[in-house]
Amino acid sequence: MLKLEDCIIRNGAFELHANLSVAERARVAVIGPSGAGKSTLIEAIAGFLPVATGRITWKAQDITDMPPGARPLTMLFQEDNLFPHLSVAQNVGLGIQPNLRLSPTDHAAVHQALDRVGLGGMDTRKPSELSGGQRSRAALARVLVQRRDLLLLDEPFAALGPALRAEMLDLVQELCEETGATLLMISHAPEDARRIAGECILVADGAAQPPQETGPLLDNPPKVLRDYLG
Amino acid sequence: MADRAQPVSTAPGKIVAAGVAAIIFGALVAVALRAETGRGLGAPDWAALRFTVLQATLSALFSVALAIPVARALARRRFKGRRVLIALLGAPFILPVIVAVLGLIAVFGRAGWVSDVLGLFGLPPVQIYGLHGVVLAHVFFNLPLATRLILQGWQEIPGERFRLAAQLGVDGWAMVRLIELPMLMRVVPSILAVIFAICLTSFAVALTLGGGPKATTIELAIYQAFRFDFDLGRAALLSVVQLALTIAAGALALWLARGDGFGTGLDRHIRRWDGQTTFARYGDGAVTVLAAGFLLLPMLAMALNGLPALLDLPPQVFSAALTSVVVASISTALLLLMALPMTAAIARGRGGALELAGILGLAASPLVIGTGLFILIRPWGNPLAWALPVTALVNAITVLPFALRVLVPRARDVVARQGRLALSLDMQGWPFLRHVLLPRLKPQIGFAAGLAAALSMGDLGVITLFADPDVATLPLQVYRLMGAYQMDTAAGAALLLLLLSFGAFWILDRGGRAHVEA
Repeated sequence: MLKLEDCIIRNGAFELHANLSVAERARVAVIGPSGAGKSTLIEAIAGFLPVATGRITWKAQDITDMPPGARPLTMLFQEDNLFPHLSVAQNVGLGIQPNLRLSPTDHAAVHQALDRVGLGGMDTRKPSELSGGQRSRAALARVLVQRRDLLLLDEPFAALGPALRAEMLDLVQELCEETGATLLMISHAPEDARRIAGECILVADGAAQPPQETGPLLDNPPKVLRDYLG
Repeated sequence: MADRAQPVSTAPGKIVAAGVAAIIFGALVAVALRAETGRGLGAPDWAALRFTVLQATLSALFSVALAIPVARALARRRFKGRRVLIALLGAPFILPVIVAVLGLIAVFGRAGWVSDVLGLFGLPPVQIYGLHGVVLAHVFFNLPLATRLILQGWQEIPGERFRLAAQLGVDGWAMVRLIELPMLMRVVPSILAVIFAICLTSFAVALTLGGGPKATTIELAIYQAFRFDFDLGRAALLSVVQLALTIAAGALALWLARGDGFGTGLDRHIRRWDGQTTFARYGDGAVTVLAAGFLLLPMLAMALNGLPALLDLPPQVFSAALTSVVVASISTALLLLMALPMTAAIARGRGGALELAGILGLAASPLVIGTGLFILIRPWGNPLAWALPVTALVNAITVLPFALRVLVPRARDVVARQGRLALSLDMQGWPFLRHVLLPRLKPQIGFAAGLAAALSMGDLGVITLFADPDVATLPLQVYRLMGAYQMDTAAGAALLLLLLSFGAFWILDRGGRAHVEA
């Protein structure tokens, strides 16, 4: 269980309150109006923003003050998920060894992950030689080798077209099922939430609400969400 | 944990910055303590002060006044070779002073081209030594700089203004008053101040073209107090005067500049509709040709004089060249050892004090730092034995501000864009440096290393204080050959120096840009 206990997260003058928990292996969408603090919430869980008060725990372990890389989670950002000067295989390998000293077993794991996401044979390519969808797949291959408990998505597929985005979300869903990871994903599109997320965290008015079931929430949204969804 | 997490540590950068500050302040304190204030400034010292300010003022005024028409021509004309010409305007920055001086002597000297032409009409030859020679050389170096900076001002005028002006039929003087003059009023004062500050500390030009009671700068007076009288007290006192002068001028320049950057994008095309009269077109053409000639002819003359001698250089020139290559290599390595940790620390965002340490090198002239280091080393050993290491170190400190200007913006960008990704992968410290920051900075590192190597190779400054007769870098050797009136050999050695400086820059800059992906 991921728990945010009476957390206050400050980002400049902005303040976000969160008191909620997410069950293991759940797939949760984070939705809400622009500027409401969805990214602030995710970044605090990932360790990029400090928590002013309160604590964050994962499986009863306090992770509030852990550095980002030491937390039992991995995160995909809106952009720049790959180092442009490293090959696809190196980018994936970083998920196993940050210093890139890979053993033969590690190399095998990298290959396997690339095969799994459909990038077999593209090990030596640079990100600039890949399409947008392929870049997303490469980032997901890294998520796969990282084998972390939690996967946080800050709209990494926002720049893709609708069909490709749906394809990536399906892949994410499959990967989560295979690895047993818990998923938290920011989403602007209600159909994405319906597609793979059983629950939604609504972020609005300076607070992140506990997860609610996606269907009922979207079918009968509160005013703040209704204004946003239009 | 009050801050955002960061992938690089600031500790090494802070240590280096403290070290750099300690060297500079140590040298300055040594100078200040040694200065014999009781004696006060003598008549020759006042003369040197007056001459320093006079030549810097004249150099700044002439450089900027001449640069305005050149920049205007480059701003509103498109022609073949314009790009090359603009790129060439950046070259004097790494051109060894002694090489340019030889070129100027070959054109404007007593036996130079201009005198030859005058001789055809029965006129007496021109003289290059003295105030006008010093100013001429400073204009040679700073006219291109002023042109680039003013051109930038021109190109920052939004294209829409020119469109609007064209629509209203504004041309000629009205255009100047409406658009161009306000821009010049904004950029010119800071450019004047920058060039004034640069010329205050110019040493090699004064050493070669000045001298005597009427044309001695403070830097030159420091050198003379050192070499001829071995009067450390007076050298130190003059250093204090020089330091006060530089800081005042530097502060003025910074205050006037207020964030104006030395920018890129000098090739931006702005469509213009004015200045299409025949007179304006020929005027711009003439100005461009004259400026190009003024910059290129001395180089051509030097090369023509030097080429025959290049094949027949005496062995001491080659040993001096070898010394210079070694000094430049050490200096480049030192520069990178200082600049890279500082860059990493500054790129994290809170670099105030660190950045200040980085530009300290601009406040104290190399000769002043050299004087201080000489005073510091003397109780411990023979400073002359330290000539080459001190030269390498002072050269590196001198280039540091420029290197940081090149490295920091890119490093900031890398940390901002890829820092989070690295952190989420637990890449911190060395893995981040090795796999992310350094590879991403490669072109900038190459460029900065190229600057360091070229500037150190061509430097004729602190080495003159320390060198005994057996030791010489190539620029010093060229100077000694000039002093011995072996002008052809000097030109040959200068040509070799030019090739080494530009070659070193080219190799390092090229090496940095090889195999770089977007």
